[in-house]
Amino acid sequence: MKAKLILEDKTVFEGESFGFEKAKTGEVVFNTGMVGYPESLTDPSYRGQILVLTYPLIGNYGIPATDKENGLAKYFESNRAQISGLVVADYSVNYNHWQATKSLGKFLQEQGIPAIFGVDTRALTKKLRSKGVMLGKIIFSADKKKSKLDFRDPNQENLVAQVCVKKPINYKPSKKISGNKYWKKPKRIVVVDCGVKNNILRSFLDFGLEVLRVPYDYDFTKEKCQGIFISNGPGDPMVNQQTIANIAKAFQGKKPIFGICLGNQLMALAAKAKTYKLKFGHRSQNQPCQEIGTSRCYLTSQNHGFVVAKNSLNRDWKPWFINVNDGTIEGIKHDNERFFAVQFHPEAFPGPQDTAWLIEKFVKML
Amino acid sequence: MAEKIKKVLLLGSGGLKIGQAGEFDYSGSQAIKAMKEEKLEIILVNPNIATVQTDKGLADKVYFLPVRYEFVKQVIEKEKPEAIMLAFGGQTALNCGLELHEKGVLKKYGIKILGTSIRTIMKTEDRDLFVKELKKIKVKTPKSIAVSSKKQALTMIKKIGYPIIVRAAYSLGGQGSGFAKNQEQLEALLDTAFSYSKQVLLEESLKGWKEIEYEVVRDEYDNCVTVCNMENFDPLGVHTGESIVVAPSQTLNNREYHFLRSVGIKVMKHLGIVGEGNIQFALDPESLDYRVIEVNARLSRSSALASKATGYPLAYIAAKLGLGQKLWRIKNAITQKTTACFEPALDYVVVKFPRWDLNKFRKVNLEIGSEMKSVGEVMAIGRNFAEALQKAIRMLQTGSYGFTDWSFEFKNLAKEIRKPTPRRIFAIAKALEDGWSVKEIAKLSQIDPWFLYKLRQISEYRNEIHNLIKYLKFEKLDKYKSKTIKHIRNIYKKHTAFLIKGVKQKKRAIGILRQAKQLGYSDAQIGWYLMVNEREVRKLRKELGIIPVVKRIDTMAAEFPAKTNYLYFTYNGWENDIKATQKAKNKVVVLGSGPYCIGSSVEFDWCCVNTIRDFRKAGYETVMVNYNPETVSTDYDECDKLYFDELSEERVLDIWDQEKPNGIIISVGGQVPNNLALALNKSGVKILGTDPKNIDRAEDRHKFSSLLDMLQISQPQWKELTSIEKALAFAKKVGYPVLVRPSYVLSGMAMSVAFNKAHLRNYLDIATQISKEHPVVVSKFEVGAKEIEIDAVANQGDVLIYAIGEHIEHAGVHSGDATIALPGQKLYLETIRRIKRITKNIAQALKITGPFNIQFLAKANDIKVIECNLRASRSFPFSSKTTGYNFIKIAAQVMREDNKDEQYNTIDLDYIGVKAPQFSFSRLKGADPVLGVEMTSTGEVATIGDSLEEAFLKSMYAIGFQKPKKSIFVSLGPLEVKLDFISYFERLKALGYRIYATEKTTEVASKRGVKLQLLKLKFPKNQVKDHTQILNQFLSKNIELVINIPKSLNKKGATKGYYIRRATIDGNIPLINNLQVAKLIVRSLEKNPVLKIKSWDDYVDNYH
Repeated sequence: MKAKLILEDKTVFEGESFGFEKAKTGEVVFNTGMVGYPESLTDPSYRGQILVLTYPLIGNYGIPATDKENGLAKYFESNRAQISGLVVADYSVNYNHWQATKSLGKFLQEQGIPAIFGVDTRALTKKLRSKGVMLGKIIFSADKKKSKLDFRDPNQENLVAQVCVKKPINYKPSKKISGNKYWKKPKRIVVVDCGVKNNILRSFLDFGLEVLRVPYDYDFTKEKCQGIFISNGPGDPMVNQQTIANIAKAFQGKKPIFGICLGNQLMALAAKAKTYKLKFGHRSQNQPCQEIGTSRCYLTSQNHGFVVAKNSLNRDWKPWFINVNDGTIEGIKHDNERFFAVQFHPEAFPGPQDTAWLIEKFVKML
Repeated sequence: MAEKIKKVLLLGSGGLKIGQAGEFDYSGSQAIKAMKEEKLEIILVNPNIATVQTDKGLADKVYFLPVRYEFVKQVIEKEKPEAIMLAFGGQTALNCGLELHEKGVLKKYGIKILGTSIRTIMKTEDRDLFVKELKKIKVKTPKSIAVSSKKQALTMIKKIGYPIIVRAAYSLGGQGSGFAKNQEQLEALLDTAFSYSKQVLLEESLKGWKEIEYEVVRDEYDNCVTVCNMENFDPLGVHTGESIVVAPSQTLNNREYHFLRSVGIKVMKHLGIVGEGNIQFALDPESLDYRVIEVNARLSRSSALASKATGYPLAYIAAKLGLGQKLWRIKNAITQKTTACFEPALDYVVVKFPRWDLNKFRKVNLEIGSEMKSVGEVMAIGRNFAEALQKAIRMLQTGSYGFTDWSFEFKNLAKEIRKPTPRRIFAIAKALEDGWSVKEIAKLSQIDPWFLYKLRQISEYRNEIHNLIKYLKFEKLDKYKSKTIKHIRNIYKKHTAFLIKGVKQKKRAIGILRQAKQLGYSDAQIGWYLMVNEREVRKLRKELGIIPVVKRIDTMAAEFPAKTNYLYFTYNGWENDIKATQKAKNKVVVLGSGPYCIGSSVEFDWCCVNTIRDFRKAGYETVMVNYNPETVSTDYDECDKLYFDELSEERVLDIWDQEKPNGIIISVGGQVPNNLALALNKSGVKILGTDPKNIDRAEDRHKFSSLLDMLQISQPQWKELTSIEKALAFAKKVGYPVLVRPSYVLSGMAMSVAFNKAHLRNYLDIATQISKEHPVVVSKFEVGAKEIEIDAVANQGDVLIYAIGEHIEHAGVHSGDATIALPGQKLYLETIRRIKRITKNIAQALKITGPFNIQFLAKANDIKVIECNLRASRSFPFSSKTTGYNFIKIAAQVMREDNKDEQYNTIDLDYIGVKAPQFSFSRLKGADPVLGVEMTSTGEVATIGDSLEEAFLKSMYAIGFQKPKKSIFVSLGPLEVKLDFISYFERLKALGYRIYATEKTTEVASKRGVKLQLLKLKFPKNQVKDHTQILNQFLSKNIELVINIPKSLNKKGATKGYYIRRATIDGNIPLINNLQVAKLIVRSLEKNPVLKIKSWDDYVDNYH
């Protein structure tokens, strides 16, 4: 069936449908990564967004099984597709991979996500690059009520509340690895779930940590733990005032606090810094982040639209990583060395695993 | 560190050979550019005169000398550089560097190696060390055992089991390696492997695993990125150089992609690579199990491909990192804004396809496997796999219009799919046409089904296109109604116009045609199914508004704007990345050479680059079209716009429409663009230079011969073939041997000498199959004549400059395989005078404007013209760099009507240049190393000396010759050759050589009073093709040079001479197979000239 992506500036991109055939709206963003569509689709940070993949050949290796481990889907970043829609250039109906159980199209149909192929995604990306991210909607030629669907800005909503757990969940460490080289007694951390990616949880569990995963607005400051982690997640960080307040409270304590992505922004806000929205964000697997004061630069996986304002950090906090391409802040660190956060995704999935040492750095401090 | 270094020695890679081709011109040139930016003085040693890197304006000093220890050592003594770069000249430079290190030369002169250290290089080159290193960091390598004797190997095999891979250590891209399924095969392989190396490896076979490569960049601060990953379409077992390769990988998921990437980075960091390196993996198609197959601690063919595939200038960056720079401080050259410390994000897919030329060789084994046999490659860019693959197939220039078009029959389809040969892709196409399932094909080929699904999609669409006929109305179709489709196709070119019937039909037609184009179908291919010619399809297509768009390669998938114009065409998109052209300034399009193959190599790239540079200097906007990833012309900074796309009539017309240039240059890229001249001209394209009608008069043998008759220029007697009987009668009249050749050929394709009636009949069959459109000509073959070539540039028929080169070999050896002396050394003044006069007359008659080349036969003062090409020839760089005048620059001037009134002296030179062919027979198992009218060399070198002998010897060393110390084996075929050589035997003996010879040669010599040592060779009995015994005999007698002059080359079976030649090649012993060359070798050994270490400037002080 023919389908259309309509942008708020009235540009229309026509293509063929290969997902669920129900019109949807969202914020249109592009990602330039060349692998990892199952991971991206299920990344809670994409909540409310129509995802454009710039790599044109998509669906090649199908979709893996939904097996779970520790209650977490093994091959996905959450237990469902999070995006509002998918736009690609060339979709492979026929797929092949030893782990594949179904086609991408079938998966999206099951998950209720509309998808279009046959779009000039490069032209679309160039538009988003020059005009900034825009609202958009995917509509179908057979859909009679198409005019009824209005553009809706997902950033006005509390997206975090939609994707995080409703009640705290406690995870025991992965049995095989419990107890490790850093400590004798089992350690426990609190993960503040603003839409945490499964691989962050997996990474901690694989280090032999016990993890208490709490809702984003949960007051975790009283929980018994050795460290606090503030997760990634969708939308404007300013929406999450309760979380910011909780973090500010935690800053009074001495426990190590580590943040990733939205977690980085929330920690900055809790430290009275400011955030703003980038024109079209960083969504790719090739963002170069330089560790300030060293000779090192790391390739990182990123997925964010908001960023910490450069000169808004107060005196105790310093920029830690900087994006070599556009000079934006990619990480912050408190002078006490116990509070730190990065804007990128050291847990990867999708993307390069070069900064996995950051997770280890946090674990070692517990 | 960088401050202390002022002078750097760069080693090139020498003559192009299989496994080491033009990519090193690209990498060396980029390295020089990078170093010059740092104000370093660069000394370059490279005997490959046809390269861009040896041009003026790049290196400060160029030595056209062999990249060998003895020579480079002397260059070091003379130049005293502070540093050396070994990573940019392939295995040749690396091996030379290792020897300089081992023999203490680098230490003695305090020379620092820039980039990866010698210790690291050794760890990657010595398999044993390599495996040990990787074990330390728990990285898996194939189970492997190094052995140093056959006996040891046969014991050790029990530890691994069959099937097994045998590899020779320190060899060029897999030389001397292969698969063995049993002891018999193993023993045979071991014999060859041990002739290349003292160390041989036995490895577990991972046949059927995926083969994945990563190109890795690392600086000395441990910043490390993978610039590109690539996946082989053909699974492990086919050398990556023989494989169709896609970038980025297509069948790997995130886990696999990034897992292998992490392993790659870990390995490169552990080994301590600084600059660029490449790592190859085997990946189990059904798990995450993997092995590291190989690491190259230098730029390679894959890195050239990765550079062009991504737009990331790997060689340039590697050179900067070698100087100690931080990766993230270097700018991304494409965006000029972002950093080079990143991994390019592609928004297109790249398909590399190898170009083979196996049918040029007698007796060669057509199977492809773990050894490299291809001579070049093409790279196609598309927004889906089908589009890129179909482009790639056409780019090969082997006569196919796409995946659905082939011209051979498959006797055993299953076998052709199971055992890869150059035509496997078409075997798959045929199987799909015959309705085989993807599963069946995957099982036979072990190719990932994903690729096969995509191929099936192309194949199935044939029917849709064919159905389009329903919507069309042909003006002239009616009268063929009763005929079969096949019959109609044969006359399809006669249809001149066709129309669409109605509005609905028109919409449907648009849908089908667009989809066909999106799947990469060419107009010609579509025309085949619609039974009209490609021009009609183009017309219809444009009427229906189906035109391709231009997209940019920007390294960042449109995230940042690109500053460069690195472009390709696609039908999978709606928006042009570049604006429609306003005709602001003068603009020229130069068509490149296409794939390197036998007969078309780096020299045409040199011509293209020099043309572009000169037009650019003159203020033109320059547009380059080429798709060969191994070239300098496809560096996006060489021109204003680079179209990395097809050199076809269809695509060039697209570019013509898009760019609206003043004109297109087709005469500097060899035969591929030259062949387009007439067709483009007919479509209204302005061709700069000689009028295409006159090009046709020179190309079409029939027309050209008539022209010579008219000009009263002598030529070998010839006749156009209209029937075989007439040809036979003609041959009988002029007497055998005769030469048979079709028009429009390069490197003597299907050209052959017939020595009798049966031969002639046989050849005519082959030749007529090749060219349907142009008549075939039979001509008298002149025996014992000299061959002379003239390279020249004319303006409106006036010859402006010329260089006359003399072939050392007598006529009958293809000019591309000939050793050429410039200026000619043994030419009568009268001969030269006549050649000049003939050249002037031809230039006048054809109103030549631009570069051209004429080949002559001379017997006494009787001069005959055998060929004339109205384009730059293979020897243009040689003629230019030897005479001191850039012929291409002069040609470029006349083509843009910028006439300079200059005098050129190209005759009185105080020195001599000698160009010698580089062969790759050692790569081509079973191929008969002989010289003939078919070209078989893969590259060339040229050196300069104060005497013919000096220049000649330098050239010989550069192509692998070793001066024999003691023992020479001689086997001379024809009796007259034996007699002719008698005095040379005496001269060799006088030099102290011990000469072994076959029975007959010994006998003839002995009758004339020259005593030779008889070596009774043990030829294979029965039909077993095995020359190991001969090889062992050579080795046991310490034979250091073999002179074998073959008899007639037209016997189909294996002759004794064949076994001798093959044993020589497989034993890595220098082979001389031409009488004139053999004589010159003797004279040179006698004269024993000092091989002076003089730079190009020392000979040619002023290059214009």
